[in-house]
Amino acid sequence: MKKEFVCIACPVGCRLTVWDEGGEVKVAGNTCPRGKAYGVQEFTAPMRTVTSSAPVKHGDQAMCSVKTDAPVPKDKVPDVLRAIRMIQIKAPVKVGECVLRDVAGTGANVVATRRVRDKKR
Amino acid sequence: MDRKVDVAVIGGGPAGLAAALKAHEAGARQVLVMERDSYPGGILQQCIHNGFGLHYFGEELTGPEYAQRFVDQVEHTDGIEVMLDTMVLSVSPDRVVTAVGKAGLITVQAGAVVLAMGCRERTRGALGIAGTRPAGVYTAGCAQRLVNMEGMMPGRRVVVLGSGDIGLIMARRMVWEGAKVEMVCELMPYSSGLNRNIVQCLEDNGIPLYFNTTVVEIHGQERVEGVTVAEVDPATRAPKMETARFVPCDTLLLSVGLIPENELTKGTGADMDPVTSGAVVDAARQTTAEGIFACGNVLHVHDLVDNVSREAAIAGENAAKYALGKLNKAETVRVMAQGGVRYVVPQRLVKGEGKAELYFRVGAAFKPARLTISCAERVLVSKKKLVMTPGEMEKAEIDLSQVDGDVTVRVEEG
Amino acid sequence: MYDVVVIGAGVVGCAIARQLSKYKIRVAVLEAKVDVAMGASRANSAIVHAGYDCKPGTNMARVNVAGNAMYDEWCRDLCVPLKRVGSLVAAFSEEEMEQVKKLRDYGEKNGVPGLAILTREEALDKQPGLSPEVVGALWAPTGAITCPYEMTIACAENAHDNGVEFYFDFLAEKITTLRDAVEVESDKNVLFRSRYVVNAAGVHADEISRLMGDDSFTISGRKGEYILLDREASGFVQRVVFQAPGPLGKGVLVSPTVDGNAFIGPTAVDDSGKEDTSVTQAGVDALKRAGVRSMPQVPANRPITAFAGIRAIPSTGDFILGQSKANPRLIQAAGICSPGLSSAPAIAVETVESLRRAGLNLVERGDFNPVRKKEKPFRAMTQEERAAAVEKDPRYGRVICRCETVTEAEIAAAIERTLGKATLDGVKRRTRAGMGRCQGGFCAPRVMELIEKYGGIPMEKITKNGGASKMIVGRTRQEEK
Repeated sequence: MKKEFVCIACPVGCRLTVWDEGGEVKVAGNTCPRGKAYGVQEFTAPMRTVTSSAPVKHGDQAMCSVKTDAPVPKDKVPDVLRAIRMIQIKAPVKVGECVLRDVAGTGANVVATRRVRDKKR
Repeated sequence: MDRKVDVAVIGGGPAGLAAALKAHEAGARQVLVMERDSYPGGILQQCIHNGFGLHYFGEELTGPEYAQRFVDQVEHTDGIEVMLDTMVLSVSPDRVVTAVGKAGLITVQAGAVVLAMGCRERTRGALGIAGTRPAGVYTAGCAQRLVNMEGMMPGRRVVVLGSGDIGLIMARRMVWEGAKVEMVCELMPYSSGLNRNIVQCLEDNGIPLYFNTTVVEIHGQERVEGVTVAEVDPATRAPKMETARFVPCDTLLLSVGLIPENELTKGTGADMDPVTSGAVVDAARQTTAEGIFACGNVLHVHDLVDNVSREAAIAGENAAKYALGKLNKAETVRVMAQGGVRYVVPQRLVKGEGKAELYFRVGAAFKPARLTISCAERVLVSKKKLVMTPGEMEKAEIDLSQVDGDVTVRVEEG
Repeated sequence: MYDVVVIGAGVVGCAIARQLSKYKIRVAVLEAKVDVAMGASRANSAIVHAGYDCKPGTNMARVNVAGNAMYDEWCRDLCVPLKRVGSLVAAFSEEEMEQVKKLRDYGEKNGVPGLAILTREEALDKQPGLSPEVVGALWAPTGAITCPYEMTIACAENAHDNGVEFYFDFLAEKITTLRDAVEVESDKNVLFRSRYVVNAAGVHADEISRLMGDDSFTISGRKGEYILLDREASGFVQRVVFQAPGPLGKGVLVSPTVDGNAFIGPTAVDDSGKEDTSVTQAGVDALKRAGVRSMPQVPANRPITAFAGIRAIPSTGDFILGQSKANPRLIQAAGICSPGLSSAPAIAVETVESLRRAGLNLVERGDFNPVRKKEKPFRAMTQEERAAAVEKDPRYGRVICRCETVTEAEIAAAIERTLGKATLDGVKRRTRAGMGRCQGGFCAPRVMELIEKYGGIPMEKITKNGGASKMIVGRTRQEEK
């Protein structure tokens, strides 16, 4: 089955056609190797980094932004979002600190992307 | 005068922080950053999505992470002081900065000033959308702050007007927080947002994007109850009312352009560029008000924060030089936009040695594009590019030793 | 038992309440919305008219001219801005010039001071930038600009300081006239008993009147749209510039505001209904054309917002004032369209006299305080005043609205002063926070926090303008809070 994508590797936005030919993934419409790589990835296993924010307890900020520390399979994004909704972070937290391990069985961790300090007295 | 500093930086966002660091590195002993928010980092704090820093740090970061890298460096630099919750009220032509904060009214005599106040969003009022004035009409950035930093939902059923990156990012954000995004409307026949955002924010989430389409009326006395959208004539941009249709929603998010916030700049007497809405600067990012520099989105709206950091470093370094008496005054030539080029920054160049980078934007999409930079009859740069779009800032380097008069930057189809 | 209840907290109702607060009586103001100035008083031309365009002998003519003369004192006592910039009625043809002369004749009969017919050159001298096609103009030096919602807020606050009670969210649904009193009942079954009712219900005054058995008039809505221009582009106009009037009101005018903006407006959409404050593209286009006709350099492409107000047009063609013939316990202040703002102080004085004639025993109280204080806005302070203000209250050091330089101290004061419920638009009208170029893009979340902090209204309940105009629909994480 052929699939069409717009390449996101650069602003040119080549229209890629990708298909499976006897176990080999073929890409047409690309103008550079990055486009081919993107086409293959998007066809075989599209991945996304999920970013969101989570409420903080006792912090100087109401919310702390978070992300998956690695891209997760695209079809797992709803599960990841659901898991992130359950997180509550306790201040203080540093950038990069893990707030949820192996989110939705993806192997990726959810980490804080901002520093939140203790609430000032 | 309360105090004296070598370099005063107005704004503690990405531009201000990068300028402060570079100014310190270039020899300024006392650098003072004045920031109106309670935290440094500016608008990056609310840009929790990733995609920042690929060019500057060679890795993909979220907005808060990108900001934190600069905040960490600034915090570890003794000669830089960041004053938070401090609103600058005026900057005089002789570089007296007046600000107000919890501690009171402060006046600072600065050796040099770097303006890095950023930009604000165009509003519904400036756009002149007809209809009522209910709750539920937000600029995308305002909604972004509410959702990402304050944990509040501005609405549940959303129409987004404008397909710039903030609009696309917010469309996805609202879906990820459980809202329904009915559509993104774009007045132009193309999006000024990145393909990546069109794919990952809209297509991934099944949100339709309509080009040549705009919101012509807002409905609802108290809260938004819907909007009327209509196609526009591609030539005149006038709505074709026979295509008008009602789209029920409780929220309209506007992502319809950014405007450099230059109220303070005007007080310095610096010349302004009507196209960028920022100051006119030379390659050192010095405005026509001596010793006053500008960088980042207050100078012109950038596509990538990476470019802001670069530009801020130029401004910071030269501000330090000026404060230390090492920046010589010199005669400048003009840099002019021609053909498809909307504007070029810097707008002035000092003749002499070395290289200068010109940043510019085109006014429409060119596929392919031919760039020609010339000085009188002499062609300094001639190159082809597969595509140039208004959403992306272009860059070209020229050899200053070749410059003996006004420079023109031109883009044509071909 | 109240002596008087005033229905409607617009500029007329609040001016009447203030005037009544000079006497030893018990007064309540009942308002259907959450704040004062929620109808025509928040969206009109903000002009204190000289009084030349009302037909001689009418109520309008009498209270307009009298009201205009009272404005200096009222504004001084109430700390409301007033600028006597003068007004011009420009004529673009000899025919229009005849009309302008007729206005002068009206004005002289009405007792308007200082009117003069200007030649083209004299008119251009008074207002540079006026269209070169102008053939002449009427000059009225007593024409002035003010701030209509500030006037309303100030009257209400002053009345309240002097003992008048205010009740909001009170929609009068049933009014029963007893032998010696009147009972006013709301849709939520709250009941007020009073000797007299003053009907200042704006576009709904005919409905109130009918509830009390007086159906001698009806009110229809006439929508007026406006474009407000960016302050940076607003230096082009110093006077109130009218065009010779058409059949629907005084025509489109171009005028400065007391806050340094300029506006073009209003349109006149007859029978527009009583609630529809939408702005139409056709209206905006018409305003731009009309603005350019008066002043070709008008920067119509620099709007910061557009808005509309509904004027209450009485079927009688004149203000309906005084004791109702059908119900002696009802005192009318109804059908107050333009020049209602200009007339409000005089209507207040006349209404009190009507109440006296109707039998209300009015004894002046010794301790009436005519002064309503308002702290000077931070943006208008000198450097020294600003330094002193922050010294005294550090909240002056926290600028919330960056476009208009409004501080936390001012917003806190506005929220605490609000008689009804604090709303985002209410704070905006009291402080200008959110009225600048970014139109609240930056400060709206900050102002909401302050409404929660000082007004005790949880975020989820904060509205833009009362009713269902909630700013947010919930938290992203419902389990929090």
